[in-house]
Amino acid sequence: MSTPFTPVVGGSALPSDAPAPATERNVPHRGGPANPSAEALRAKFGAAVLRVDVVWGETTVIIERTRVQEIVRWLHDDPSQRYEYLSDLTGVEFRDAEQPIEVVWHLRSIAFRRFLRLKVQLQRGQPLEVPSVWPVYKGADWLERECYDMFGIRFAGHPDLRRILMWEQYKEGFPLRKDFPLRGRFSRAEQLRQALAANPEARYSMEELSIADAFEDLPQEMRNRLRSGEKTGE
Amino acid sequence: MATIKRTVEVELSTTGMDAQGRPVRTPLAVAEDGSTVAVAAPPSMEPELEGEHMLINLGPQHPATHGVLRLVLELDGETVVRCIPHIGYLHCGFEKIGEYRQYNQIVPWTDREDYLNSIGNNVSFILGAERLFGIDCTPRATVLRVIAMELSRIASHLVWLGTTCIDIGAFTPFLWAFQERENIYALLERWVGARLTTSATRVGGMAADVPAGWTEQLQTFITLFPKTIDEVERMLTKNGIWVGRTIGLGAMTAEEALNYGLSGPMLRASGVAYDVRKDFPYLDYETYDFDVPVGSNGDVYDRYLVRVEELRQSTRILEQALRRLPDGPVNVDDHRVILPPKSKATSEMESMIHHFKQVMEGPRPPIGESYVATESPKGEKGYYMVSDGTAKPVRWRIRPPSYVNLSAIPKMVEGHLLSDVIAINASIDIVMGEIDR
Repeated sequence: MSTPFTPVVGGSALPSDAPAPATERNVPHRGGPANPSAEALRAKFGAAVLRVDVVWGETTVIIERTRVQEIVRWLHDDPSQRYEYLSDLTGVEFRDAEQPIEVVWHLRSIAFRRFLRLKVQLQRGQPLEVPSVWPVYKGADWLERECYDMFGIRFAGHPDLRRILMWEQYKEGFPLRKDFPLRGRFSRAEQLRQALAANPEARYSMEELSIADAFEDLPQEMRNRLRSGEKTGE
Repeated sequence: MATIKRTVEVELSTTGMDAQGRPVRTPLAVAEDGSTVAVAAPPSMEPELEGEHMLINLGPQHPATHGVLRLVLELDGETVVRCIPHIGYLHCGFEKIGEYRQYNQIVPWTDREDYLNSIGNNVSFILGAERLFGIDCTPRATVLRVIAMELSRIASHLVWLGTTCIDIGAFTPFLWAFQERENIYALLERWVGARLTTSATRVGGMAADVPAGWTEQLQTFITLFPKTIDEVERMLTKNGIWVGRTIGLGAMTAEEALNYGLSGPMLRASGVAYDVRKDFPYLDYETYDFDVPVGSNGDVYDRYLVRVEELRQSTRILEQALRRLPDGPVNVDDHRVILPPKSKATSEMESMIHHFKQVMEGPRPPIGESYVATESPKGEKGYYMVSDGTAKPVRWRIRPPSYVNLSAIPKMVEGHLLSDVIAINASIDIVMGEIDR
C-alpha cells in the first residue's frame, strides 16, 4: 500500500461535532439523504456511475462493469472516502428472467461511518464476468469464490477462482441460479451414484497435488490423467 | 511474520516455586526470531532433512477442527509451509431454501447456521426483514431483543472458551463455561421453549413474551456469572502454559485484519476499534453504557483477552437492559405482519381479511433491498435481502463472519508449528454450520 497505515477507529475521520451514531427509525422506503460518497463518485467517474438509488436509507450506486476495480480502489485509497472494509460481496438473480443478474459489493468506511452498496448489472446475454476486487481487499478471496460457485459469475483477476462450497467435480451447475431446481438437476439415484463413484483421491486440487511428493502417492491411473492435462478428479 | 515482543507477568505458572512456596514469576518475552522464547520459533531443519516436505490432512473428521473443516497442510518438519483450507462439507443450501420460504418461515433456518448463537441470529435476521417491511419493533421487544442477543453472545463465547481450553489442553474451564451456558439455556428454554433452536422472533415482534419470574431468574444469572469469569481469568490469564501456548500465534496487524475483512473479536484483537453496536447501532445500543475491548497484537492471546472482556461487557448490557425493560406489547400493532387476535378474526370483517391474507399469502414487503448487519459473537453478521414484492425473498444472503474470518487462516498459520494450527484455528471461533450454510 502506498500510504502509511493510520489506525482505524470508528468515526475517527468525522469532525468532532458530528452527531453520534444512533439507531435508525422510521426509515423511508425510497429517498432520504444519500451517502455523500455517491456524489463524489459521480464527480470523479462521471459516466461510469449509471444510477444512484436510496432504498430503505441505504445508498446503492450502480456502476459500469469494466470499471469496478478502479472505482473500488479509489474508494479504498482516497482519504476523503476510506472504504477500508469490504463487508460482503454477492450476486442476485431475479425471478423475472428479463432482469439482469446483479453483483453486489457492500463497503464500509469505518473512519467516516458510512455504508455503500455498489452494484453491477449484467444484462442477459452479456458474459457473466466482472473484475475481481481481490487486489484491493484480500477478504474478497473466498467471497468471490463463493459467488462464482453459486452463480457462475467469473471474477477476472482472482488468483484462484475455483468452487468452494460445492466440490470441484460438481457437475450440476450453479445452485443459486433461478433455473436450478431446489432439489438439484440430477435425480437422487444419479446423485447417489456419482457420490459412490467419486474417487476420494481426486478431492485434491492441482495445487495440492503439486505439493512435494504427494504426486507419487497417487494411483498410477490418476497420475497419467493428470499428466495428460486433466484438471482434477473424475 | 511480524515480530511480537511483549511481557506478561505469569502468576499461575508451573515453572517452579521459590523457597517460600510462592510461584516464580517468569516474564515471558516473546520474539519470533527466537531471541527470548516462550513459543519456540520454528526450528531450522538439519541440512540433510531439508527439502522433504510432507502433506497431511487435518480433518474433516478431527475434533479440533470444530466441525468438518479440512486443512491440507504442507509441513517442513513440524512447521507449516502452506495451508489450503477446504470447506463445504455441511453445505445445505440455506440461501436457496430461503427463496422458497416466507420471511417468518426463514427464522428456523437462522437457528441452524450459527447454532451457538441461534437466538442472536433470529434477531439479526428479523431486523433485516423488518427493515424490508418498514417496521420498527415496540420498545419492549427492542429491549427483549437486546437481552436475547447478549445472552447468546455470552453462550457462544462460553462455548468458544471451553472448547479452546480443551484444544490447548486445559480441561477445568470447559466445565465451568458449560455450567454457565446451561443456565443460559435454561433461561431460553423457559422463554421460548427450546434451548438451541429457538426461532424466537417474528416479523414485527417476538414469538413469545418472557414468562412471569423470568427476569428474576436472569437477575440471578447476572449476579452470579461475573464470579465464573473471574475464576476463568484467574485460571488462564497469567497461567504460564496458557500464555506460552497463545502469545504470538497467528498474529494479524490491524491493517491486514481490516484488509482480510476480519470482524468481531478477531478484528478488535488486532487493534481496530470497530464494533457494529457502536459504529452502526441498532436496537438502541447507543444508549447502553458499555466498552469495546481492543487488543494490540492480534494474536491468540489477545483474542482470548478480548472475548473474556466481552463477557463482562455483555453482562453490563444485560443489567442495564433488565433495569429498563418497559411494559407493553411485544408485537407491533400492524395487521399486515401480525395476526389479529382470534376473537377479532371471527367477529370483525377487517380482521378476518387480515387473518386470511396473512395465512394464505404471507406478509409481503414492498419491492426493495436491505443489508442489516449486527454484531454477532463471531463478528459482523449481515443479512442481505432482496424483495420483488412477493411474500418470499428473491435473494436471502447471509454474510457469515466466521467464513470471512476463516479465509485468513492460511495467512495466520503459515510459519507456525502444527500444534499451533489447532490453537489458531480455535481462536477464530468458527462454526461450520455458518461457514457452509
